[in-house]
Amino acid sequence: MDRVRDSSASVAGEAVELVRVCRAEYRAIGRLTERLRPTRQSIRTLQTQFPHLPPSTLLSIFSQEYQKRMKRSMVRHHAPDVVKEYYQRYRSEAKTRPAAPLLLELANQVDLSPALLARLIVECFLEERQASVAASRHVLNNMLREPYLIPDLLLAKHVEQCTVNDCCYGPLVDCIKHAIGLEHEDLLRDKLRERNLSFLDENQLRSKGYDKTPDIILEVPIAVDGHIVHWIESKASFGDDHSHHTYLNEQFWSYCNRFGPGLVIYWYGFISELDCQRDRGILLRDGFPSDIVTLCQGPARSRV
Amino acid sequence: QTLTHGPTTPAKTPSTSRSVRTQDFSDRRGNKSTPIQTSRSAKAQQHRGRRRSGGFGGCASGRQTGPRGAVSEEGVRWDGGGRRSRGVGRIEPVSPPTQVQLNFNNLEDFPPVGAAQSPPVATKPSRRINPTPVSAERPNSKPKSCFISTPLSLPASPPALPESAGAKLTAGSPHSLQEERELLRKERSKLAQQTSSPLKTTPVICTPTKTVHRQGSKVTPDPQSPCPDPNKVTQKSELDLLAELYCTCISENLVPCVFLELFFVLQLLTSHGVSVSESGEEAITYLGNVHNCVYFSVRVLENQFELVSHLDKCTLRLLSENERVGTFSSSLKDHLAQAQENCTAKVSIIPFQPATDNRSNFSSDRAFHTFKKQRDVFYGFLREWEDSHKEPGWDFEAALGSRVRMMVSQLTAAGSHSHFARLFQKQLIQMCKGPCVLGSSSDAPDADLLGMLGADSLGRLKRLQQRLVQPQGLIGPCPPPSFPGHQEFFKCFLQTASCCQLNQHLKDGLCQQLLKLDEVSILGPDASPARGEETGDGDMEQQVRRFSSVLLTARLLAKFLGFISFLPYQTSELPSRDIQDTAITLRSKSSPVLDVCAVLRSSVHRRRTILTVPWIVEFLSMLDHIGPLLPFYRTALCLLLQIYKRMLLGRGGELCYMNQLLMVAVLGWLFQIPIFPEDLFFSTDPKEEVKELENITSSQGLDTLPLVDQQLLYTCCPYLGEFRKLLAAFVAGSTSKSGGLIRKITPTSAELRGPSTSRSQQKLQVDLEQAFFHNQPPSLRRTVEFVAERVGSNCVKHIKATLVLELVKGGEKTLRDSLGLEGVNTAKLNDSICAQLCDAGMQALETATRFCSENAPGAVRVLLPLETSPSVLTTAESITTRLATEKACSWLSANITTLLKREWKSAFGRVMKSVPSSVRLSAGSSCVSDCTHKVPLGSEVMIEIKEVLSVAVGPRSEEEAYTVHQIESLLDRVGQTLGCRKVIGTPSTDYLFLIRQLIERGLLGEEEVGTNWPKLSALSWPEVIASYI
Repeated sequence: MDRVRDSSASVAGEAVELVRVCRAEYRAIGRLTERLRPTRQSIRTLQTQFPHLPPSTLLSIFSQEYQKRMKRSMVRHHAPDVVKEYYQRYRSEAKTRPAAPLLLELANQVDLSPALLARLIVECFLEERQASVAASRHVLNNMLREPYLIPDLLLAKHVEQCTVNDCCYGPLVDCIKHAIGLEHEDLLRDKLRERNLSFLDENQLRSKGYDKTPDIILEVPIAVDGHIVHWIESKASFGDDHSHHTYLNEQFWSYCNRFGPGLVIYWYGFISELDCQRDRGILLRDGFPSDIVTLCQGPARSRV
Repeated sequence: QTLTHGPTTPAKTPSTSRSVRTQDFSDRRGNKSTPIQTSRSAKAQQHRGRRRSGGFGGCASGRQTGPRGAVSEEGVRWDGGGRRSRGVGRIEPVSPPTQVQLNFNNLEDFPPVGAAQSPPVATKPSRRINPTPVSAERPNSKPKSCFISTPLSLPASPPALPESAGAKLTAGSPHSLQEERELLRKERSKLAQQTSSPLKTTPVICTPTKTVHRQGSKVTPDPQSPCPDPNKVTQKSELDLLAELYCTCISENLVPCVFLELFFVLQLLTSHGVSVSESGEEAITYLGNVHNCVYFSVRVLENQFELVSHLDKCTLRLLSENERVGTFSSSLKDHLAQAQENCTAKVSIIPFQPATDNRSNFSSDRAFHTFKKQRDVFYGFLREWEDSHKEPGWDFEAALGSRVRMMVSQLTAAGSHSHFARLFQKQLIQMCKGPCVLGSSSDAPDADLLGMLGADSLGRLKRLQQRLVQPQGLIGPCPPPSFPGHQEFFKCFLQTASCCQLNQHLKDGLCQQLLKLDEVSILGPDASPARGEETGDGDMEQQVRRFSSVLLTARLLAKFLGFISFLPYQTSELPSRDIQDTAITLRSKSSPVLDVCAVLRSSVHRRRTILTVPWIVEFLSMLDHIGPLLPFYRTALCLLLQIYKRMLLGRGGELCYMNQLLMVAVLGWLFQIPIFPEDLFFSTDPKEEVKELENITSSQGLDTLPLVDQQLLYTCCPYLGEFRKLLAAFVAGSTSKSGGLIRKITPTSAELRGPSTSRSQQKLQVDLEQAFFHNQPPSLRRTVEFVAERVGSNCVKHIKATLVLELVKGGEKTLRDSLGLEGVNTAKLNDSICAQLCDAGMQALETATRFCSENAPGAVRVLLPLETSPSVLTTAESITTRLATEKACSWLSANITTLLKREWKSAFGRVMKSVPSSVRLSAGSSCVSDCTHKVPLGSEVMIEIKEVLSVAVGPRSEEEAYTVHQIESLLDRVGQTLGCRKVIGTPSTDYLFLIRQLIERGLLGEEEVGTNWPKLSALSWPEVIASYI
């Protein structure tokens, strides 16, 4: 039982592993995730199936695939009568066997994320208690984050079981994702400073009145693998078709249209086939590039 | 009708009778009646029963060339009639029966020029190859062709000899059909042997002769083709007289397009004698045989040598290597060879500039955000167009039409047309300003190619690509206006969007920019003109480049301004007379978008026509059918005509020859394109205009500066390349027996070798430099370029004043010392000292490098804003230094030796007579002491905490449990992470939240937290905790 990984395995600033995932392999992972529930056991299953891929990459892929799955079935689960039925089922079960992980079981049965189910149930609970006033988002979020704010202690326990065991949704996952995003932006800035590359970050750019801003704009452009890079966007996720296309349309092309060619770092890897817009100005990498060429200083190369 | 047989000259001189002109005029308008037909029907009446020869297979194809000068797969045929199809010679009757004659109506030898738009001739030509025997008497008894007979099938003729067989036949060689077939068979087997591949043996005419066939059969190697012989020239004195007359017409600009005449002369030179006049032919022809044609052509070329010598090197080479030129005039050949030696010759985007593009430039938030979207949408269209416009069946309207209109309507809703118009205009300039290969639309691959080959080979490669990609077919020296390359996207976009607001804003912007460009000041060399380019230190070169850039931009913008302005009036056909009159009355009332007449007059007065005329020509070339008939534009065209008539090549006094050549070329082109009303050329000069044009107020202007070089000439007038094509086609056809000048191109794939990496590195550096400027304000680039240019120039001056002077002084001393010695050979001494000086002169490069690195950075620093960030400043300084050094060194390495030699010569005579970008490293936030920042990542720790929690909360399996040691180890790592400010950054509350979860689960006692991490107290623990409670 060595679930708590050795401390040396995850140290900030460590060289990033190379993650090559072709579309075929990505589909294989996708197929495997179709039947999985968002639990720690599922992650372990994935790791044994794809031992050559970093766990973080697998988790990111699984999480994105799972979210897509949830979005597809959202309508089904959110119909008022369905929600009511879930709540009733929970209520009746809670009377007969309160110690069992009731909400987790229900979530597994109906293939809904435990954290999302917990949210639906708490919502119903609040509606029931104060029928007239719709539960405010703020109160609801706080209760999911701090289950002991829920007046019904049994429900609180079941809700906590859901949020803690769900590895794709819930306040804890949001915390972790937020932290990961910031850490990688930070890592990017460190790497740039290490290489003596001067840059403007998002906040500086916004203050100048730019309408769309990548994470980093280099004051003096660099070249990576023969491609000019003006800007760098850090994405602490895996670049799959869906997310990449969304990003392309909402962010990357816009950056390209304003600042010229740039680099996107998908720290958890990407489907290698997606790196096909290099000549159009969007280069993909799964880590900070080591092959940076900078504009030579001084007239050393004057005689061509 | 018989006028077409009369003594017309190819030049359309005012003496030409009116009826012919009108007839031609109507031809160009696309009427079905063509001179060819006219002459044919006339012939049919006059010489009934005369058999047609089929000439040269000229009627083999009546394929119409595309409406925009596109080349049909058969190659270009000049069907449809045009000016050139008029009979040229044939003035007197009687010609020797066996004389090899030219058929000026032969569309192969003399394709009508500028006829690209005419519809096919009514006659449907046949294209049979299969020879059928005809009556046996025929070959010997009667010649197969007469000079004037048309190659088009005569309805009156009895079973005609098939064209291809006829093509092989020449008059002087009375082969029987049997012999003919034998010949064909031999040719065929020869071809079959040449191509080793069995696959290729099937077609009779296979790949090696493909280009040949584009030109029609005239260039097929024909052993029977008569070799032009100076001794066989008849009527020499008359030809001399004609040539002189003709040359005078050209020299005096009495012809509407000088280059069209030159094209005709080259057609004569490369013609093949094929037609034979019937015995008893009543008309004698001066240009009736190939000997006379070549003689005439060579005489004209000799006379017009100065004009010819300004053509590009390749054309000159082809001309000088042309065996006919050699045979007829060895002196012309020599001159040409000499002239040849003297001859010198990705989607990038518009960056966001806060100064013009940020919120404060928009009327509302909504407009700002709409425009934010429009920018992306526009580039989306551009990318889509690039990807797919070459796919068969792709149609701009079908693919993008509705989306373009939707985008434009959103612009309308938000009122941000002016912003979009500016983006559009800038993008247009960026993508389309450069030279565009005529008829080709790919200028994109440069980047990759440059990377592979290096800058020097790129030019060569481009030319090669041009040869491979471009159809060899001629499109003549006066193709109709077109939108090559990316211009097509912008044109289609405007057509599809058809948004009057956008067009208005664009017109405003284009007008403003054009007039601004028209006023641009370009300085002449500051020193006295006597010493010419040497005093320029490359300044003039810089000005020439600047002028070229301005001119190309202005021409592009003018074309689009014209396009937008006349778009509402475009009709596919010339409207009827009544509609014309109504339209003229109607449109005369409103004021034109640009006062071209005023601009033109002012440019003449201030001697700036070299800049103004070429762009005005582009603007007017977009006129609709009615446009030229409006008094306003008619005046403008008259003005241009006056300018043209006065632009006598080589006699412009101070005017530079190349400047004149460019103007003559663009004006001549304008006068030949379909919309130009031909009658204008013959209208009497309005005297006031002439007077007005003489009223030159400025003594100096652009016109007197040598601003046009050959590259610019050919960029502006890609159709001048037609001369080269014509000559090359001749070579391909006729001289394969003499070893063949045709250069076969065998494509091989190059392997990437070692040096290419360093080349690609160089290229990458250049790209990086461009990229650096890209997102900086434009003034930065201007400053850097300006400073580099000045410092480089100063450096050269400095070296001239110091180093050169010192070296020469040293040389003088050595010379004086040595002269005192006995037995000195002064000539040898002179040479050795000179050589020494030249060697020493090479140190100039080092001196120059030092000079530039010392002076350039300071100069840039002073000129850039104080607020410029240090790294931008350093980069700008180093680029400036490099540019200045390059400029100085390249001038010095090219000229230092010459300079020293010259200085030394006079001295000798005298003696005998007597950076890294700086970084703004953040100070680093305060961590616990001894922090190495090598602590576990916050997210990792959080994931572990979450996992521990999930096991703790359950459900869990039997094996899942944590030992106290494991928990302690985790807590230790949490402590490390929290201790390093750098790692935890902002989300420290998230950790505390999770830790709180641990505590609440009872896995940790609060005292434990206290003992394990005393550091935690340093954090804002209590308040964070408080926020949770």
